[in-house]
Amino acid sequence: MGELRLMKGNEAIAEAAIRVGCDGYFGYPITPQSEVMEYLMAEKPYETTGMVVLQAESEVAAINMLYGGAGTGKMVMTSSSSPGISLMQEGISYLAGTQLPALIVNIVRGGPGLGTIQPSQADYFQAVKGGGHGDYYTIVYAPASVQEMADFVKLGFDAAFHYRTPVLILSDGAIGQMMEKVYLPDPIPRRTEEEVISQCPWASTGKPPTREHHIMTSLDLDPAGQERLNLLLQEKYRVIEEKEVLYEKIDCDDAEYVFVAFGLSARICQKAVHLAREQGIKVGLFRPITLFPFPKKPLQELGKKVKGMLVVEMNAGQMIEDVILSVGFQIPIKHYGRFGGIIPTPDEVFRMLKEKIIGG
Amino acid sequence: MTEEIIIAGFGGQGVLSMGKILAYSGVMQDQEVSWMPSYGPEMRGGTANVTVIVSDERISSPILNKFDTAIILNQQSLDKFENAVKPGGLLIYDPNGITRQPERKDINIYSIAAADEAAKMGLSKVFNMMVLGGFLKLKPIVKMENIRKGLEKSLPARHHKLIPENEKALTIGQDLIQPVHVL
Repeated sequence: MGELRLMKGNEAIAEAAIRVGCDGYFGYPITPQSEVMEYLMAEKPYETTGMVVLQAESEVAAINMLYGGAGTGKMVMTSSSSPGISLMQEGISYLAGTQLPALIVNIVRGGPGLGTIQPSQADYFQAVKGGGHGDYYTIVYAPASVQEMADFVKLGFDAAFHYRTPVLILSDGAIGQMMEKVYLPDPIPRRTEEEVISQCPWASTGKPPTREHHIMTSLDLDPAGQERLNLLLQEKYRVIEEKEVLYEKIDCDDAEYVFVAFGLSARICQKAVHLAREQGIKVGLFRPITLFPFPKKPLQELGKKVKGMLVVEMNAGQMIEDVILSVGFQIPIKHYGRFGGIIPTPDEVFRMLKEKIIGG
Repeated sequence: MTEEIIIAGFGGQGVLSMGKILAYSGVMQDQEVSWMPSYGPEMRGGTANVTVIVSDERISSPILNKFDTAIILNQQSLDKFENAVKPGGLLIYDPNGITRQPERKDINIYSIAAADEAAKMGLSKVFNMMVLGGFLKLKPIVKMENIRKGLEKSLPARHHKLIPENEKALTIGQDLIQPVHVL
């Protein structure tokens, strides 16, 4: 089961990266995620596993270092918070277009603009609907605990390499800053050069005279060629939607009403489920773990059984669009959100369920 | 068992580390814990607080607005959190710097003059452990042996020589805590 520690979410991501054999971290400090790089700098994995830890001159530089590192088949990652992730969008689009694997962590803070350093979920649209230009998706994992912060590093790298696509971990300032118990995985050694060459036959690993150049680019000036790439990407996203959906259902079996929430909001709603059940009201919680691919089918099934849904997000109503696209208009689906770094309380969301759904 | 605690005071009083030692001690006895600090503008303004939950079960929300126990170390925090104690819950405060006494009649209130005592004994650095000792006398949710293990885990090795002093402070705190209003 690995080693037991009490850690911050940000530290758990950093420690997990070392343990899963990550080759390089490139980042630029920003609250509330600076502990990721601080932890790595303190642990000095470059002296033990050989993992590179580098403070870039900007977020734009960091994401392009990922582009270079990923092109050589290395396991590379970055982390930032909302304004920094906005700066990285061009690079993420290039990674998707060039079909390169990389892990990007967004510890979301309130926006828009410089916003606030307090937690938020207002980057859902940016994470799930593309973010950068062009027709692409990133696989998006939304951890709700420090344990999942650690676990999703491995999950994220595995998916990134399997599908040759950038993967995003979408968390928030509260989960980044809070400490919980975490079981860390046993360390896996970094891959050797030979392993990288055999596992990543597409990568730029030094050209022997026996093969053609590996050309990695998202540029194809011939529209027919560019359309072929787009069709290939879309085919990949359909497979991801088929195979990679993750979600959790809590107390949904006999539920008449459900909360739908991800990440920190899901934890708050889970407490509200207890409060409701203490009063004899049958309430459940549906928690999407992957936001792309969105758990459309399980949510659609649940929609046939319950009388109403309250979507709780720390934003003005983003995931609710995907919930309505999945469930339709047969039952009332309402939204409750707080913004700008305000975290709703369990009492508050329970009251809103009663006001907007049960009473309404 | 689930104990939901808010610890609040000035930055530098050891609010966050008291919570961390409590959380680590919970881990040492195989319980679920969460430690959620204020890290925002209020921290930069000088006050600090942390929500600690210790439970036998999986913890749902790490963010709460009602607590079983509030441990209060300054007036601002008393003003902010007195009404956040659940009816029948516990409020512990250090009277140092308190200008308005707590007024609730539906909760248990205890005072602990740890700041004065710690200053008198030259133990100001472990003031927070006196307060923790007082709390644990009233609610022994973690065993003393696990506090020791928690200290070993949460303090860097170069500070391990301070553990006996911390343990002494815990004991002093247990004698120091006084009832103010008990249901």
